[in-house]
Amino acid sequence: MNKVLLIIQREYVTRVRKKAFIVMIFVVPALLLGMSALIGYVAKNNQELSSDQVVKVIDESKAFEGKFHNQKHIKFEPAKQSLTDAKAGLQANDDLSVLLIPADYAKKQVQIFSKKKPSYQLTEEVEKQMNSIASTKSMIDHHIDTAFLNSINKNRISVNAMEVTATGTKDANVGTTMFVGIACAILIYLSLFIYGAQVMRGVIEEKTSRIIEVIISSVKPFQLMLGKIIGVGLVGLTQFGAWILLSVISSKIAGHAFSGPGSPIAGALAVIATIPFGYIMGCFIFYFLTGYLLYSALFAAVGSAVDSETETQQFMFPITLPLLFTYLLSVTVLFQAPDSPLAVWLSIIPFTAPVAMMVRIPFGGVPDWQLGLSMFFMIAGFLFTTYVAARIYRVGVLMYGKKASFKELAKWFFYKE
Amino acid sequence: MLSIRNIVKQYAGHRALDDVSLEVESGKIFGLLGPNGAGKTSLIRIINQITAPDSGEVYFNGQKLDQSHINRIGYLPEERGLYKKMEIGEQMIYLARLKGLSRAEATAKLKFWFEKLGMETWWKKKIEELSKGMQQKAQFVATVLHEPELIILDEPFSGFDPVNAELIKDEILELNKKGATILFSTHRMESVEELCDAIALIHKSHKILDGRVKTIRNSYKNDTYLVEYTGDHLDFSGAQPFDLISDIPGENSSHTIKIKLNNTTANDVLQYLLPKTRINMLQEVIPSMNEIFIEKVNQIK
Repeated sequence: MNKVLLIIQREYVTRVRKKAFIVMIFVVPALLLGMSALIGYVAKNNQELSSDQVVKVIDESKAFEGKFHNQKHIKFEPAKQSLTDAKAGLQANDDLSVLLIPADYAKKQVQIFSKKKPSYQLTEEVEKQMNSIASTKSMIDHHIDTAFLNSINKNRISVNAMEVTATGTKDANVGTTMFVGIACAILIYLSLFIYGAQVMRGVIEEKTSRIIEVIISSVKPFQLMLGKIIGVGLVGLTQFGAWILLSVISSKIAGHAFSGPGSPIAGALAVIATIPFGYIMGCFIFYFLTGYLLYSALFAAVGSAVDSETETQQFMFPITLPLLFTYLLSVTVLFQAPDSPLAVWLSIIPFTAPVAMMVRIPFGGVPDWQLGLSMFFMIAGFLFTTYVAARIYRVGVLMYGKKASFKELAKWFFYKE
Repeated sequence: MLSIRNIVKQYAGHRALDDVSLEVESGKIFGLLGPNGAGKTSLIRIINQITAPDSGEVYFNGQKLDQSHINRIGYLPEERGLYKKMEIGEQMIYLARLKGLSRAEATAKLKFWFEKLGMETWWKKKIEELSKGMQQKAQFVATVLHEPELIILDEPFSGFDPVNAELIKDEILELNKKGATILFSTHRMESVEELCDAIALIHKSHKILDGRVKTIRNSYKNDTYLVEYTGDHLDFSGAQPFDLISDIPGENSSHTIKIKLNNTTANDVLQYLLPKTRINMLQEVIPSMNEIFIEKVNQIK
């Protein structure tokens, strides 16, 4: 057992010391911070125009005179000059536009002129006001009581999703939960892949550098495989630990920077705060660990069977297929129906459970029996794959120059000690 | 020290070892000889418990070989290899610790060896920065660092330049003098005669010859002698008490002949030759291990 610890230590230390590892720890939260800052900036910019705009209105139809309402940053003024004069004046002022409403505005085009391309907000506001004025006018023309109509149109319905839990009703922001679910699925999918591949590469490295024979004259192949898997797994946990810590810090900073009331970031952060992070994180760690153990054992077996990384393709595909399949389903279908029979089944089968269950967890409401069953199968699953992988691995690491096939692997499995 | 009894190892399609038994005496240097693919490496792997035999047993100092003996064996595989990206000092300590040494012990011993072999400045170097010969030296150190009682070397001299091969040979002899038993496989027959006390020859999965080197060579003597004489060149018509195998004319009227006795003795040869010429030398030809090796291997085709 002492020797396994030594192997774990080596696998862990050599990886954690690498520059890439340290860089990754900081780059990911930095990206996160940068992205939230960017979203905040865009959201802020969307709300308001950067400077006050003046719109000179040339109304040939006379239907809109004096009916435009000034907005915070948009001012409407009747034009006193002719179109050509007004257009000439545009060159001097960036924030000036000329709106030309032809007499027959319903058939001919309404035009807006400015030095630069008019902003989307401006044209949208003009359109909105003109449509409203025009429809009011036609209603009056057709003797419809607009005051009455207005009173009917007072209904402004927006759907607020409420979640009924044991403790009462609470606000459920479906959008944020979906986001967290998908993020969890992507994160677990990527990390299973990345760390599984690291185990595989480690095995191939030992095999191609031929140190394997020296090592397994000191330890049993199974000890070496186990040490490697645990060592790399701890590297993964360290990485997550560092990210969680840095993300908490960076989201605190982000929350501070965009904490103005009504800011969408602050809103999102408020919803994020209501998500049970301890529960999700606990589940994430569990499914990462068991999923990692399950897949990395298979990756190790693949690594032992080949002489170089290029040969791994034929084995990688069938092994990663369930993972890829669940991932694709997760980001397209499962997050919209986290309690559908498909989602439930996928979250119980060990090969697909890590991704499928992590999509479901943030939505809450996964029955205890399903979670328990899924966890039981995960543990049984990784014990099973480790057993199978170890039998292939012990033969594979000493095989050189033999083109391995699935048939060959099956034969190795049945070799006796 | 090591007793190998009736080992059979079957791989898919062929039998690597068929009923092989060997005795390696404690404190001796034992040579495991055989052409490529004879089953030497299979046997070495079984002794190292890398693979298990299908049947047969290995005894280490009278005990059935098990995991507890691993720390007492040092193994240098034929295909050398170390972690390329790991610093050499750290790597040596890691390998020694896997063999049961504490970090402090390993460090102290490593310092001793690095100094001895002139490798002090390598400590922080990565394996990939070293030349192939240097890597071999490092690997040799890794093999013997934990002071194993039994050192198994698979083709220890391959890859070394003559200077380093000599150095390693001296180290092997010194370790042996200190009490380590050494088992090595090789093709290099001259090193066998120089180093080995006893050998076993494995061919086509069978042991076809084993014993002490001297005994084997003497048993392959076939009454062949070399005679060197000075004077006029002698012609042998058939009346002489030996068969002429070859006649090698030398410089300054000195000649050498290789002869085979036919139910006569060396005395008879001398009595026949003395009146005819001046004899400088008469020497019995003891077949080299190389000749015995080739003869034995060719017998079994």
